[in-house]
Amino acid sequence: MPALPLDEAGPYVAGAYLVFLALILIYVAIMASKLVRIERELVELADHVEGRRAAAASAEETHQAEVSEAVPR
Amino acid sequence: MFGRGLQTLSIASVVLVTGAFALVFLYAPNDADQGFVQKIFYLHVPLAIVALGGFVDGGVFAIQYLRTGDRGHDLRSYVAIHLSLILGLGVLATGSIWAKASWGAWWVWDEPTLVSFLIVFLLFACYQPLRFSIDDPERQARYAAVFAIIGGAFVPLNFLAVRLAESLIHPRVLSTTGGSMPGEMRLTFLVSTVAMVCLFVTLWKYELASKHASMRLRALKRALAGDDAAGPLARTAAPTQI
Repeated sequence: MPALPLDEAGPYVAGAYLVFLALILIYVAIMASKLVRIERELVELADHVEGRRAAAASAEETHQAEVSEAVPR
Repeated sequence: MFGRGLQTLSIASVVLVTGAFALVFLYAPNDADQGFVQKIFYLHVPLAIVALGGFVDGGVFAIQYLRTGDRGHDLRSYVAIHLSLILGLGVLATGSIWAKASWGAWWVWDEPTLVSFLIVFLLFACYQPLRFSIDDPERQARYAAVFAIIGGAFVPLNFLAVRLAESLIHPRVLSTTGGSMPGEMRLTFLVSTVAMVCLFVTLWKYELASKHASMRLRALKRALAGDDAAGPLARTAAPTQI
């Protein structure tokens, strides 16, 4: 086939480069959504650990109070 | 850590890809035979080289996994093949666009280079379903490694077979005579190839770091909640532990 003139070849070339760009952007977008999920799970985990720590501290305080009440003055 | 050097690589990728595209459109001359449409060559061929190289890399990491038993190599192999499949899609799409512009058809079934790439692509497209079909992580990694090694070895064999084929309308770039590209085109092609390699390594490390963070997080969750409370692991094609 003879070489296409610029006005006919342009859309093909632009199409090929846009396909590449779209592919990379979609890939990065998917990776970004995974990153957001990791961040959300990390926050949940941190809250869970904080909750456990608070519960442990509260149980410790209750225990101390019970001990001090039980000990005769 | 998998994310080490990611920032430098990301910057290098952006600079190289931008530079390569600038060379393609501002520096490299139009091809005497194909004209402006030949600009697709600087995208299509480096993408194909990197995608095929990624499949071979997947095989090399799989060998390392079988030799050492280090699950990190299984993860490296998985991510290399996964990324190569994505780039392979790009190769098929850009190749079809170029074929339509130069040959007047989106696909030519009797062209060995096109069909052989499709075979390699479809072969590796079976890699993920294979992994997904195996529940036991140890067995999954081992079987996937064997598949990746055979597939990886098939890539250079396939390349040689195509070279030995006689009827070729697909242009040859890497020939024993050194090709016939003028200096500007050769430089642009080399920069484009280096840019694609850099982009591949960046995305590979990016996905490795993400997968590793996800794995560690899952392990931490299970450690805190206890294995029974966390429930069984969901079946996945991706490696779940290192």
